[in-house]
Amino acid sequence: MNMKLKKNIALSESGFVFDPTTGDSYSLNQEAREVVRLMNEGKELSEITDYMVSIYNVGRNDFEKYFFDFASMLRQFRLLEDEQD
Amino acid sequence: MNRIKVTVALTGLNNTDNPGPGVPVIRGIRDSALFDPRIVGLAYESMEPAIYMHDIVDHTYRIPYPSEGAEILIRKVLEINETEMIDVLIPNFDAELLAFMKAEQQLREAGIKTFLPRIEQFEERQKSNLPSFGKKYGINVPFSKEVVSQSDLDSLRDDFEYPLVVKGRYYDAYIAYNREQTGIYFSRVAAKWGLPVIIQEFVRGTEVNVVALGDGEGNTIGAVPMRKQYITDKGKAWSGVTLDDKRMLDLTHDLINATKWKGGMELELIRSEENKFFLIEINPRIPAWVYLAVGAGQNLPEALVKLALGMEVKPFKTYQTGKVFIRYSYDLITDIKEFEKLSMEGEL
Repeated sequence: MNMKLKKNIALSESGFVFDPTTGDSYSLNQEAREVVRLMNEGKELSEITDYMVSIYNVGRNDFEKYFFDFASMLRQFRLLEDEQD
Repeated sequence: MNRIKVTVALTGLNNTDNPGPGVPVIRGIRDSALFDPRIVGLAYESMEPAIYMHDIVDHTYRIPYPSEGAEILIRKVLEINETEMIDVLIPNFDAELLAFMKAEQQLREAGIKTFLPRIEQFEERQKSNLPSFGKKYGINVPFSKEVVSQSDLDSLRDDFEYPLVVKGRYYDAYIAYNREQTGIYFSRVAAKWGLPVIIQEFVRGTEVNVVALGDGEGNTIGAVPMRKQYITDKGKAWSGVTLDDKRMLDLTHDLINATKWKGGMELELIRSEENKFFLIEINPRIPAWVYLAVGAGQNLPEALVKLALGMEVKPFKTYQTGKVFIRYSYDLITDIKEFEKLSMEGEL
């Protein structure tokens, strides 16, 4: 598993996400920004989980559940590179 | 560099909540580094705001509606031309285009250049012809049917499911969720725009648009896609953002190439939930949001004037994505004497 945002998606420091294909925009909170940054660096789920549980007060199982929810939302909005148009 | 003096006459000065394209087209021309324009406004109504915007329009004349007769309209324009020596005429309303297209030769002989679609191009993209247009050019188009009376509406259940879209010949579109609403909207649209009324299949999705300019030889001079971000209760874009969507641009280039489209156009598309594009309308003129394209790097109104004057125009290659336009309303204070002058003398 190696998920990344599509290359043309603009992600700002503030967490503002703009999809130039659809014109949709989203805002990410601090935690989501970090997850997306790690995804875009090509980190595996286990590495992302290692990092997030070391920083935040969250268990591995809980984090992975939240992560898959978040990933399915990104997929639903067609923001992931592995999505077919 | 000395800028080229050019006199451009335009309609569409109704910068209202249902805006005509006149003001944004003028702004594009005024932004030009090439031209030093004199703008002659042609107004159908006395309260079209741009008549009173003297930094936008230099002089305005009242002209008769095309419904009073195309000959009367053209005669008035030729009369104005005797004073103004118009170089380029840019009609901005669908309902007047045919009159100006038919008079192209007559206007040219008087020194007035236009750059309008050819009559067959104009006709084949009419809303009522859209299904065959889609078939001919391989574009997804929602199913539609012309109706001319209330009794025709009863047979719609054979071909349509609700909701469906009730559209006027030139403007207006309403989504009807049942037979009763269809009847109400039919009457409203028919009273305003005449018959036939077009009933179109409703495609669920996001509306996206492209403003484009074709050179009449199959080349796309410019094209900018946009998504409406805020839509008024009249369905007009009050704000929008430029998009980077190769499929929309490819569709536009292919269409202009296949039709050899001449002049400005707006493609109205629906991006369905399955991520397919459906063409719901082609407006045969520059749309009111064209200044977004200017702001994004493609001054299409300037390019249109150049094409009309027979100048060489190189196609635009790029534009900026993520450029946003937001309309605003503004109270312009004028004097009743200005209104009086326009009403009594027919010009201001």
